[in-house]
Amino acid sequence: MSDNCENKHLELHIPEPEWRPGDTPDFSNVVIPKAGSVLRPPVDVDAQDIRDLAYTIIRVLDKNGNAVGDWGGLLGDEELIAGLRHMMTLRSYDARMQLAQRQGKTSFYMQHLGEEAISCAFGKALNKGDMNFPTYRQAGLLIADDYPLVDMMCQTFSNTGDPLKGRQMPVFYSARDHGFFSISGNLATQYIQAVGWAMASAISHDTKIAAAWVGDGATAENDFHAALVFASTYRAPVVLNVVNNQWAISTFQGVALGESGTFAARGHGFGIPSLRVDGNDYLAVYAVAKWAVERARANLGPTLVEYVTYRAGGHSTSDDPAAYRPKSESEQWPLGDPVLRLKNHLITKGAWSEERHEQAEAEILEIIMTAQKQAESLGTLNGDKIPSAHNIFEDVYARMPAHLRRQRQQCGV
Amino acid sequence: MVQMTMIEAIASAMDNAMAADEKVIVFGEDVGFFGGVFRCTAGLQKKYGSNRCFDTPISELGIVGAAIGMAAYGLKPCIEIQFADYMYPAYDQLVSESARLRYRSAGQFTCPMVVRMPTGGGIFGGQTHSQSPEALFTHVAGLKTVVPSNPRDAKGLLIAAIEDPDPVIFLEPKRLYNGPFDGHHTRAVTPWKKHALGEVDDGYFTLPLGRAKIHKEGSAVTILAYGTMVHVAEATLVETGIEGEIIDLRTLSPLDLDTIAQSVEKTGRCVVVHEATLTCGFGAELAALVQEHCFYHLEKPVMRVTGWDTPYPHAQEWDYFPGPKRLGRALIETMEV
Repeated sequence: MSDNCENKHLELHIPEPEWRPGDTPDFSNVVIPKAGSVLRPPVDVDAQDIRDLAYTIIRVLDKNGNAVGDWGGLLGDEELIAGLRHMMTLRSYDARMQLAQRQGKTSFYMQHLGEEAISCAFGKALNKGDMNFPTYRQAGLLIADDYPLVDMMCQTFSNTGDPLKGRQMPVFYSARDHGFFSISGNLATQYIQAVGWAMASAISHDTKIAAAWVGDGATAENDFHAALVFASTYRAPVVLNVVNNQWAISTFQGVALGESGTFAARGHGFGIPSLRVDGNDYLAVYAVAKWAVERARANLGPTLVEYVTYRAGGHSTSDDPAAYRPKSESEQWPLGDPVLRLKNHLITKGAWSEERHEQAEAEILEIIMTAQKQAESLGTLNGDKIPSAHNIFEDVYARMPAHLRRQRQQCGV
Repeated sequence: MVQMTMIEAIASAMDNAMAADEKVIVFGEDVGFFGGVFRCTAGLQKKYGSNRCFDTPISELGIVGAAIGMAAYGLKPCIEIQFADYMYPAYDQLVSESARLRYRSAGQFTCPMVVRMPTGGGIFGGQTHSQSPEALFTHVAGLKTVVPSNPRDAKGLLIAAIEDPDPVIFLEPKRLYNGPFDGHHTRAVTPWKKHALGEVDDGYFTLPLGRAKIHKEGSAVTILAYGTMVHVAEATLVETGIEGEIIDLRTLSPLDLDTIAQSVEKTGRCVVVHEATLTCGFGAELAALVQEHCFYHLEKPVMRVTGWDTPYPHAQEWDYFPGPKRLGRALIETMEV
């Protein structure tokens, strides 16, 4: 033992976010790579040769609203306008449901504010028959696939029209025909299931692929790591998505990440091509999703994608972010607002205008209000039109066993 | 009919199921080329290819989680957890995911999979190769739990489990793999190859889940047993001369309450026996059901003979294992007027 070790006590490192309530956030030290500066490799690239893509941020839209670089140019104006409308619909839907929760029409709600581009754009990169294993903040997948808003609302209200018969908390949708797997509340459990689903597709010599979803915080779960092991071992046709929205309820992303590297770089130890993308850039999200989907479809195996974004709202209606982060942090966030950025791009291109945007906003609100009226006619959680209690006992098994028949009788339904 | 060990019967079940339905796939640790540490998957990879029978990384969570995704896709995975004692990392996947998928998606997604795992003691496996965690599964709504006691049942029940549209936990009493061990650890066990219950139909057949079997008829007392304890009970009755009735439950969930109640109503006495720890074990559920449904027929309180409420020890295995001596004492006490 050398002398200089004497009297030195160990200290535990506890990661802390840079700013807490009362502080003034300053992101000027955060390096945001220029839009268009990252080259697009061929999809059959060796993971070793694109290690840098896990440490940068792939971006297409520059600050003037232009699409630049070779990740751009994949979508026509009509498709971009449709994408903008999907994001606007999701935002407007969220606002109405958030309000409905405050009015007592349901128990709980989770909005997407600031993260709309990710699920809306990703959904357009998939084919019919592919399967997403989403978390609770990817409802844009449903909206981009034209899933009925009324059905989403009925689920949220747990009313007599609820496709899930009142069994699931609000926003835990399930829509098999729209490639949307039933959402679990246990975080990251579905990451490995997505890999299994993709393996099954490969075992069956099918053409379908799967997409796994997880947030920054839940990457710490064992399921995430098991998924990476299985995905790399069997080269499963799956896109492994990590939505890094900086906050896991009140815990900043550095607690899951350990303040070194990136979430994308987690893929390197497994030899999985790993990319980091601007999650608030609809064009960049779509381009990277398309790249990863193409790889999976071509039997080239999994891709890990980290979407860098910011959760501008609370974790849920039960959360108040003002208690753990500065209120102005979301405005200071350097990657901007996804809806505004796509809107500006389309205006710059001459394909959109303030007037058309306002008009679209009004149209969308009208569509949502009409849907809400229809959904509310089937009941809300605080009313008496909720699914019958006999639904408690059904679907536990394909066929109801004797002990459940007895219990249903005792329940009086 | 062919004479089979329980291992061969289990392998034959998977062989027949894989031949009948190409959606049936088998995977787990060491199950592929090697054929499993207990040889239950021997020959399957060679016959059906590594696309349908393969080795996995050592991740029980990964094995079960991937199987759930495959089942949701439409395959029928029949997976192996090397020892039931290793199941715990996968418990969340089993409880929160596989068991509830049909329910929470209102039938949009289902999970037709079988999770096979060797269970129980008697092999000097210490605390990590001897546990009987069946109550951790029977407590979960949405799971079915099966424990066979002989080769013929093992095969018929396993094929039925694979056919079943819901997740089934299939616990294989490892001390029974080669013969009907009755708890007398110093005596040689008659191999299944020379036992009537080792005579197994070579082809495809099923035994329905949820039905118990009267292993031995009797009128003095009802013994509720499953797995290894069926044979311990049989030896105990011979040694005590008590004309007891042994019910081999075969499926713990769903449970064949009718067969249990009919027997207890006939005998008026009931002893429950299992290897697992006493407190909150499956015997507690059985005792509660018997008193609830047969109260006016009971001459004596329902007794439980089980493993002690301790971890499973190594050197002291035979002081822990509920063998014929302990069961015999309980039977004699139950028979007192």
